[in-house]
Amino acid sequence: MSSTQTVREPLVRIVKREGATLPKKILVRAVAILLALVVDAMFIYFVTGLNPLAVYGVMWGGTFANPTRFSWMLRDLVTLLCVGIGLAPAFKMRFWNCGGEGQILIGGLATALVMVYLGSSLPAPLLFLCMAGASLAAGALWGVIPAWFKSRWNTNETLFTLMMNYVATSIVACMTNIMRGSASSLGTLNKATKAGWFPVFMGQRYNINIIVVVVLTFAMYAYLKYSKQGYEISVVGESENTARYAGINVRRVMVRTMLISGAICGLCGFLIVAGRDQTISTTSAGGRGFTAIIVAWLAKFNTFTMALIAFLLVFLERGASEIASAYSLNQYAADIITGVILFFILGSEFFINYRVVPRGMHKEER
Amino acid sequence: MAQPQNAIRLERVTKTFGEVVANKDVSLNVRRGEILALLGENGSGKTTLMNMIAGIYYPDGGQIYVDDQPVDIRSPRDALGLGIGMIHQHFKLVDVFTATENIALSMDKGEKFDLRKVHDKARAICEKYQFALDLDQKVYEMSVSQKQTLEIVKVLYRGADILILDEPTAVLTPQETERLFAVIRNMKADGKAVIIITHKLHEVLSISDRVAILRKGEYVGDIATKNATESILTEMMVGEKVVLNIDRPVPENPVRRLAIRNLTVVGPEGNHVLDNADFDVFGGEILGIAGISGNGQKELLEAIAGLQTAAPGAKIEFFPPDSDTPVELVGKSPKAIREAGIHLSFVPEDRLGMGLVGSMGMTDNMMLKSYGKGVSPIVDRKAPHDLAEEIREELGVVTPSLNTPVSRLSGGNVQKVLVGRELAADPIVLMTAYAVRGLDINTSYTIYRLLNEQKKKGVAVIYVGEDLDVLLELCDRILILCGGRVNGILDGRSATKEEVGLRMTNLVKEAGV
Repeated sequence: MSSTQTVREPLVRIVKREGATLPKKILVRAVAILLALVVDAMFIYFVTGLNPLAVYGVMWGGTFANPTRFSWMLRDLVTLLCVGIGLAPAFKMRFWNCGGEGQILIGGLATALVMVYLGSSLPAPLLFLCMAGASLAAGALWGVIPAWFKSRWNTNETLFTLMMNYVATSIVACMTNIMRGSASSLGTLNKATKAGWFPVFMGQRYNINIIVVVVLTFAMYAYLKYSKQGYEISVVGESENTARYAGINVRRVMVRTMLISGAICGLCGFLIVAGRDQTISTTSAGGRGFTAIIVAWLAKFNTFTMALIAFLLVFLERGASEIASAYSLNQYAADIITGVILFFILGSEFFINYRVVPRGMHKEER
Repeated sequence: MAQPQNAIRLERVTKTFGEVVANKDVSLNVRRGEILALLGENGSGKTTLMNMIAGIYYPDGGQIYVDDQPVDIRSPRDALGLGIGMIHQHFKLVDVFTATENIALSMDKGEKFDLRKVHDKARAICEKYQFALDLDQKVYEMSVSQKQTLEIVKVLYRGADILILDEPTAVLTPQETERLFAVIRNMKADGKAVIIITHKLHEVLSISDRVAILRKGEYVGDIATKNATESILTEMMVGEKVVLNIDRPVPENPVRRLAIRNLTVVGPEGNHVLDNADFDVFGGEILGIAGISGNGQKELLEAIAGLQTAAPGAKIEFFPPDSDTPVELVGKSPKAIREAGIHLSFVPEDRLGMGLVGSMGMTDNMMLKSYGKGVSPIVDRKAPHDLAEEIREELGVVTPSLNTPVSRLSGGNVQKVLVGRELAADPIVLMTAYAVRGLDINTSYTIYRLLNEQKKKGVAVIYVGEDLDVLLELCDRILILCGGRVNGILDGRSATKEEVGLRMTNLVKEAGV
């Protein structure tokens, strides 16, 4: 094949793009969304036979149809964002905390126990303080155990945190059985007294949840970016050798960071139980411990970007279920529609970092 | 068929990475039976150019010809099909396989798997060019030089007759380098075309027939080796005259700074990576440490820096300039050493994996050791920013901004950032490991100058090096490590290269130093 080979350039070549400008980034993403909508429209029209524009309208309505829908969206958004904020320091340290789920559950369980057993004996402010404290402590414990084992015996944190999820689920199952007594299910906690329920604040039921998470968003951003501990987290995440060289106590940073990570996830359990469900079950975390990993990574641990991504995910999720119920479509069809949008948006990141040069297009002079 | 004159020819080859032009309109040729040395500073585009020939990158413009036929090389497989084989700086071998098995890995799909045949054919290649290689040895038991030999045999086995060697001598002792050169000359005699990349000018002069020079991605020209001298080559490479003498001032009243006694470091396999080291380090002198890499240099420096645990019975005493009582360093963490007020600067071998944080910019890297100062929980980026600015100007660090991740900078600039930070810490003891590895002539001389400045200030400098010529020109005393043992300390002014080389490979029987 050597000398008879004809010279042919490859069809396309992929070239790294350095420093795309902001308008360009926005343009690429806008094109991606437009393309996604076109592909989805074809899917909707040819597969389901519906009017794509009407479907998009319903999807949009899932979040924006009325103030109630919007407040539900915000509620879901802050819940997801809260877990993402919790996971961010751990993942920034390259500690694969896959135990968000368990940390939420155990924090929620601690909250529920305080509500049930101390709800009638403590004044409201003290009760809330106890609930928050219990959830923080429980979540922190769930985060520290795998970190401590890793720092001592170099156990694998991915497996360890995952297994801690099952432990938490089983404990919650066990405790709800005890708490429900002879009732068929646990039901709403403190239904009569509403002790330990977040009050309606400024006319909105979920405002306290939102305020707490907004504060956390700012606090975590500042912690990671401006604090000495945040700097240590970055160094340990990049290279443990460098951290040791710099005189950083890697074990201590690891345990401390997971304490914070677990505590915030635990606090999310508190928000879910006291501010949203007023009950606890094995499905209270609802997979957010895992979805939040995507949120944290995609945002590269910038908590404000995390809020945007959480919004996108929640918007799509709500839109999908809205389509499914409005047209009595199969849930899978709705998932395909949102999946296509997500695919295009994530795929557009490639075109932000790389350029594709077709054959015969290279410029001799730049 | 008449032998075509050019084995390989490049015509106006261009390659860009984003905004960076790595190669611009490079035209170059190599004849059969010729050894071409490719010379250029760091970042001049030598490796990129070779990678295009080897099929790892595809050129943005220009044309490559093999045997004067235009060719299209899209992958390393294409390159091998054309008889082009490249030996990379990092070896690509399976550790648990024998040499023969590694060679067999590269067989074509259609070929019948017959280890016996592979072995015989490889044997024949080894005999023809006089490679010293045990084909039944496992790779993990091989020395660096043996692994390199295996890589060469591997590409020859696949029928390569155009060989590209990317800095093959960087990891070899002088004796091993000589052996490699003998083999390269054998290949040349056999009509193969060889391109060799190296930074060491004396090697270029001894091995090559012709030297081609790249500067900032552009082809400067070529020169027949017989007409070249070190200063001509340097001038072509740098674009201006450079004085090629390393200064070595006589140490002025050296004071003992470190006394190291019975220092043993046990490795992960339970062996003594560093065995009973016993020596003193003086302020105002440069102590060179020679040895084949992996003979305890890393452990020695890390033990002093508090990063390695010393075996019981070891003593590392530090004598502070302002007091008579020595401070024991064994058992102290890097932080404890720092908090004891001991200014110990350390430029480790692994620059981005230990000395710096690759994903951070210059500013954030400046505060790696000092971020904890003060009680405020917030980091102060003002002082590090000023320091970064100062280092950038004084050492001429080329970086788009102080916040550009240092991993995106070229090797020389990365080292300037690291050395700059360590010198700014006002050291009393300064340890450097392979401070000029992979750096071009200009940057290397900047580093030598900086080390000499420190020496004149009375700093105790420890310089772990690999280039014996430099060690012999720069250092006041040279300590040789062999198999983790201190194998003699020689006077840098009177020692010979042969003596140092010999002590690097053979333990000399002498009790105490």
